Amino acid sequence: MQVNLTVNGKPRSDDVEPRLLLVHYLRERLGLRAANVGCDTTSCGACTVLLDGESVKSCTVLTAQAAGQEVTTAEGLGDGDTLSPVQAAFRQEHGLQCGFCTPGMVMAATGLLAENPHPTETQVREGLEGNFCRCTGYHNIVRAVLAAAEAGGRDPAGDPATATAAATAGPGQSAEAAQ
Amino acid sequence: MIPAPFEYVAAASAAHALDLLGEHGDDAKVLAGGHSLLPMMKLRLAAPEVLIDIGRLTELSGITSDGDELVIGAMTRHAELAASALVRRGAPLLAHAAAQVGDPQIRHRGTIGGSLAHADPAADLPMALVALGGSVELRGPAGVRTVGADEFFTGYFETVLEPDELLAAVRVPSRPGQPWGYQKFTRRANDWAIVGAAAAGGRIALANMGPVPVRALAAEQAAAGGASPAEAAELAAEGTSPGEDIHADRAFRQHLARVLTRRALEHQRH
Repeated sequence: MQVNLTVNGKPRSDDVEPRLLLVHYLRERLGLRAANVGCDTTSCGACTVLLDGESVKSCTVLTAQAAGQEVTTAEGLGDGDTLSPVQAAFRQEHGLQCGFCTPGMVMAATGLLAENPHPTETQVREGLEGNFCRCTGYHNIVRAVLAAAEAGGRDPAGDPATATAAATAGPGQSAEAAQ
Repeated sequence: MIPAPFEYVAAASAAHALDLLGEHGDDAKVLAGGHSLLPMMKLRLAAPEVLIDIGRLTELSGITSDGDELVIGAMTRHAELAASALVRRGAPLLAHAAAQVGDPQIRHRGTIGGSLAHADPAADLPMALVALGGSVELRGPAGVRTVGADEFFTGYFETVLEPDELLAAVRVPSRPGQPWGYQKFTRRANDWAIVGAAAAGGRIALANMGPVPVRALAAEQAAAGGASPAEAAELAAEGTSPGEDIHADRAFRQHLARVLTRRALEHQRH
């Protein structure tokens, strides 16, 4: 079936099987590998992307369900070499260890701050309830989200020009794939 | 994990969805938010030949007031239900229950109609509907019938919904200021209740204490007769026959039902 949708600002029209999950479409058809397949059971959040601005687990959304909607992946954050405020905050606060959960954490945090720009620490922890970090690096992840909120949409390091997209590239993530 | 192949149809209207259900019957499943159905399809526990997607039907979404009831469209997402000023005022137990489902991502997708039609006895919204004494509007080829919460659920993942019917809307009494209590015992973040208890307006419902969300009738009657919350809660597990699993055996579930019912009665909010 033909599906028309927007991915990271670019209109797409692709012939897909109805059963093609959004995460497989992003990773295998478009080469956007930021969203990881972790648990594959709607639990771990590694596949989190934004669908019309809301965080969703792309392992549990059919590509067909995203028709007519705007999908944003971690590749679609930031602008060229400039990191998004949340990405920059994760870098600043060392909000990652192995990096596998990071794209999902960053997208969940981005969605959380869009809904609640000034969350308390408790609200951040509850807001990231759907994302697991098996390195158990939650402390710095929460600090990163609070720092991004504090910076209010600016780079918490105060120098956006020094931030580079490569700094938050997770395993298997390709900056080129976003192009 | 990849679902078995199926034919996908995006319904253009509720009437179109009903036509498709009439055409395909048992071979079809209705896709709302997909957060119960798609995991089952990925595990191949479900393999419908046709998926009828009602996800874009705005006519099935939204929350309105109708006299002393709230009418909630089946496609209303948990996040919307949890944030709704109407629901928070008139049926705060339901808004609270919606906020307990899964996690934020799940609440952005999951719907009240999907959760009720899926009928997991461990889930939040079926218990909430029973506690509130709400009802569901089932639309079929012959029209709409309204079924009360106590009659809707018939067994594990089973309801009175016929294959050619669509759960179109949910009705709950609007009772601003009515005290309510809600307790959910879990061992992991974003999990289902090992046991849950919800109390409002003299009704007490329990989650995961049997094949359907059940009423704690003996406890209700005791409370109505003047028993203290602690005394009434002692009767909460009367007549229940909960299943056993890795989380809890029958005796522990019955213990939890008594403890959670006492807390739901003692720690009521308005």
